[in-house]
Amino acid sequence: MTVSLDDAIAHKEHTALSRVLTSQTFWVLLAVLAACVFLSFATDSFATSKNLFNITRNVTFTAIIALGMTLVIITGGIDLSVGSVLCLCSMVVAVTMHAGYNIYIGIGASLLVAVIVGAFNGVLIAYFGFPPFVVTLGMLSIARSLAMVLSNNTVVFQFGPDHDKLLALGGGSMFGIANPVIYMIVLALLTGFVLRWTRFGRYVYAIGGNEKAARLTGVPVEMIKVAVYVLSALSAGVAGIIQTGWLGAVTTNLGTGMELQVIAAAVIGGANLEGGVGTALGALVGAALIEIIRNSLGLLGINAFWQGTFIGGFIIVAVAFDRIRQRR
Amino acid sequence: MAVLELTDISKHFGAIQAVNGVSLSIERGEAVGLMGDNGAGKSTLVKMIAGNFLPSSGTIRIDGKEVTLHKPVEARRHGIEIVHQDLALCDNLTAAANVFLGRERRRRIGPVSVLDHAGMAKRAGELFRDLKSETRPRDLIRQMSGGQRQAVAIARTMLADAKLVLMDEPTAAISVRQVAEVLNHINHLKAQGISVVLISHRMPDVFEVTDRIIVLRRGRKVADKRTENSSPEEITGLITGAIETV
Repeated sequence: MTVSLDDAIAHKEHTALSRVLTSQTFWVLLAVLAACVFLSFATDSFATSKNLFNITRNVTFTAIIALGMTLVIITGGIDLSVGSVLCLCSMVVAVTMHAGYNIYIGIGASLLVAVIVGAFNGVLIAYFGFPPFVVTLGMLSIARSLAMVLSNNTVVFQFGPDHDKLLALGGGSMFGIANPVIYMIVLALLTGFVLRWTRFGRYVYAIGGNEKAARLTGVPVEMIKVAVYVLSALSAGVAGIIQTGWLGAVTTNLGTGMELQVIAAAVIGGANLEGGVGTALGALVGAALIEIIRNSLGLLGINAFWQGTFIGGFIIVAVAFDRIRQRR
Repeated sequence: MAVLELTDISKHFGAIQAVNGVSLSIERGEAVGLMGDNGAGKSTLVKMIAGNFLPSSGTIRIDGKEVTLHKPVEARRHGIEIVHQDLALCDNLTAAANVFLGRERRRRIGPVSVLDHAGMAKRAGELFRDLKSETRPRDLIRQMSGGQRQAVAIARTMLADAKLVLMDEPTAAISVRQVAEVLNHINHLKAQGISVVLISHRMPDVFEVTDRIIVLRRGRKVADKRTENSSPEEITGLITGAIETV
C-alpha cells in the first residue's frame, strides 16, 4: 500500500469533471442552452428582452414548487396536492385581503394554511404509514374544494387596502429582473444550502437511501418526513401568493394539473422517484426546460397541443438517460 | 469487572418462551461467539442487549451497574454498538456520511452551524486505517464491495467509546476474501479492548476469532466454554441437542 491516508481521504471516485459529465442535471442544462441558442437564431422573437423576462418569470412558479417537491422526492415520497394547495393558498391570501386585512395578515394566514395542509399530509404519511400517493391525492381534492368553498367559486380580484402592495410583490421587478425570479433564486440557494450543509439535508437523503438504516442509526425519520411535506406545501403556498400578485386575480382553477408539471420538472432535473437522489439546481433546470419547450412551440408556430408530447417525451428521455448511466 | 453481565434473563412473547433464564458475562476485550439453531433465542437475546426488547425478567448490568434499556439509543449511550445483519447503510451516501449517520459533526460559521464534511472524512479515514481497510471516506456505498461495506458498518461502532460491539451474522452473505477482512476487523476491535459478541452460523469463523463460545438451545444456555477447549463437532452436537449440555 503506497497510498497515504491523506490521499485516501481526499480521493473521490469521480473527479469534478467526470462528476459533472455523468450528472443528468448537466445534460439537461446543456439541452436548455442549446434550445436557447437554436431559438435565438430560428426566431426573431425569442431573444428579445421582453420574451426572456416572460420566460424567466413563468419558470419561477413551477421551479419554486419543484424545490419543495424535490425534497419530498428525495425522501422517496411524492406530493400530488401542490397544484390544489397553490390554489387554496392563493385564495386564502386573496379572500383575507379582500375582507380588509393588511398584506401581512393575508400572507401569514396563507402560509399558516400551507403549514397545516403539509403537516396533515406529513403526519398521516410518517406516523400512520399511509402511502404518500393516496394521502396527497386526497389532499389534491380537498384543497381545491376548500378553495371553492372559501370563495364561493367566484373570481377574487379586489385585495383590499394593500391591493397595490400585493400586485407589486408578484408583478414588480428589481434591476430589470422580475420579482418572482429573485424569490426563486433565493429559495433555490437556500434549498441547495440546506441539502448540502445541514444535518436536516443529510437526513433527507438518508431516508431516501435506506429508511430502515436511517431509523436504526437514530435519524428522527418521522419528524423529517413531516417537515418535507410541510416545506412542499409551503413552497406551493409561496408560489401561490406570488402568482396572485402577478395575475391580480384568483380563480378556483388556478394551478390545475400543476402537480404533474412540477414532478416533471423535478424528474427531468435529476430527482429519482425511487428516492435518495435530487438537487435544488436540478429542480430549476428541469422547470426551465419545460418552460422553454412551452415558449418555443408558440414562437415556432407549432400547435400548442403538441406541448404535452414534448414534455412527456423529455421525461422519458431523461429517465432513460439515467438508467443507461446507472448500467454503465 | 465484566463489561456486560446478564443474570437470569428471560423473555416470553405470550405463551412462547423465547429466552429462559440465561446468565452470562463478557469481559473487556473478549470476543464471544453466540451460537444456536434458528429459533434458539440468539436474536431475542441480542435484541434485549441492544435495547430493542425489554426482558420479561432478569437483570442487565453494564460495568457493574444495573440498567434498563428501553430504546436502542439508550444502549448506545451505555457503549453498546450493533452491526446489523443487513449493515444498515445508505447506498446513496458516502462512506464517511454513513459512519457519522445520526451523529454528524458540525462546525460553526458565524451564526449558522454546518456539516463538517472535511472533519468527518478525516475521522472516517482514520477509522478505516485502524481497521486496515482500503475503504475511502468519500466513495459512495453503492460502489463498494461487501467487505468495504462491513468496514463502514464496523467503523460506525468505533466512533463513540464503544465497550461492546454486537455483530449479527456479519459473514453470512459475503465472499471468502471479505470474510477474512471482517475477521480481521474483529481482531482489531479486540486489540483496542472492545468486547465483541459474534452471532454466526459459520463454525470456522467463530472458532477463528472468539475466546469463548456460548450455545443456546430452545431459549436456554447449554454451553459456555473456552474456544480452545472445544471443537466444531462438540458445538454442533450442542446446537442440535445430540450433546445434552456441558
